[in-house]
Amino acid sequence: MQVLFARHQVRVYRFVLRFVGNQAVAEDLISEVFLDVWRQADRFEGRSAVSTWLLGIARFKALSSMRRKPDEELDEETAGAIEDSSDDPEVAVQKKDKGAALRKCLQTLSPEHQEVINLVYYHEKSVEEVAEIVGIPEATVKTRMFYARKRLSELLKAAGIDRGWP
Amino acid sequence: MSKTNQTMSADDIEALLPWYATGTLNRDEADQVEAALAANPALARRLDLVREEMTEAILLNEALGVPSARVMENLFKAIDKERKIARAPARRGFGAWLADLLTPRAVALAAAAAVIIIMLQAGVITTLVLQDRGDAGSSFETASVPAATRGVETGSFALVRFTPQANIADISRFLDSKDAVIVDGPHPGGMYRVRVARTNVGKDELEGLVREFQSSNLVSMAVPTE
Repeated sequence: MQVLFARHQVRVYRFVLRFVGNQAVAEDLISEVFLDVWRQADRFEGRSAVSTWLLGIARFKALSSMRRKPDEELDEETAGAIEDSSDDPEVAVQKKDKGAALRKCLQTLSPEHQEVINLVYYHEKSVEEVAEIVGIPEATVKTRMFYARKRLSELLKAAGIDRGWP
Repeated sequence: MSKTNQTMSADDIEALLPWYATGTLNRDEADQVEAALAANPALARRLDLVREEMTEAILLNEALGVPSARVMENLFKAIDKERKIARAPARRGFGAWLADLLTPRAVALAAAAAVIIIMLQAGVITTLVLQDRGDAGSSFETASVPAATRGVETGSFALVRFTPQANIADISRFLDSKDAVIVDGPHPGGMYRVRVARTNVGKDELEGLVREFQSSNLVSMAVPTE
């Protein structure tokens, strides 16, 4: 359990924080996630990676928490941690910082699009694993990722960066 | 995945580029994407866009920080509490085994052992890579130890993450072919600091070297660094 916790806590925390937008809430939720894992250890069938199982539980808990507290606002410290403090995309482009503009646009995507982008790029989840975590068909995973990337290109274009795609 | 062992359309292949970049496709799909990339320079350019997105998504997530120690304290307090409640009726199966392991002393010992194992694993991997190079100028033991970087303090550097499929021998040959050497790592996210040139080259040249790394199917991500 200790090894499991040490190995996965940071990624699970970041995944949950993206949903709930509050560090204290995210920390409470990951405690609950790992407590559930401890309680349900004998139910883990090993058909998927442990990290996929963890992220699935974490997602369910984060969404449940958001439904319980829909009006909870971000505290200032957390907002600072989540929102990129860099310039908006146009200003970033003027400063020729394409990476900053891209990060800003990534944060402007819808929650669904951000989720699939983060699961694929940061959590390195396969199509099948994203489908398992989010609870959607594999074909929808590919479509959602495609439209997330397309929307990202549109946002960048609006900010003055034409990537020539799509 | 549904398209395995079938010939995929151009649209199917394009949709798989993000997973190709992260190294999470199966061998058959990866082969088909690689063949399409070799035949279509425009598709290769779009893979560069995917890698840009991946780099920035990783940076964005890394900026979120880490949970405080309070999380672990709360978790193991809660586990301890539940164990006490459940002590009378014995648990069965894997749950019982796991619960028995979670005495405070066992937890402390396990934590220490885990840290040692993870550090040893990182050290062994890096040592294997460095030893396999057979480079007389890189006679250090592990890249995560400051003394290990003797002789490679100067030059130009990049942060590199290798694909999960890349094995030690392939990585070693690849680094040899580029006259590159791992000087530090692994860092969170599996990133290694790699010296890509022996001298401090200009920004354009460094970006060119990094692009060469990115074009390798052994590398899932490469970015210039100080």
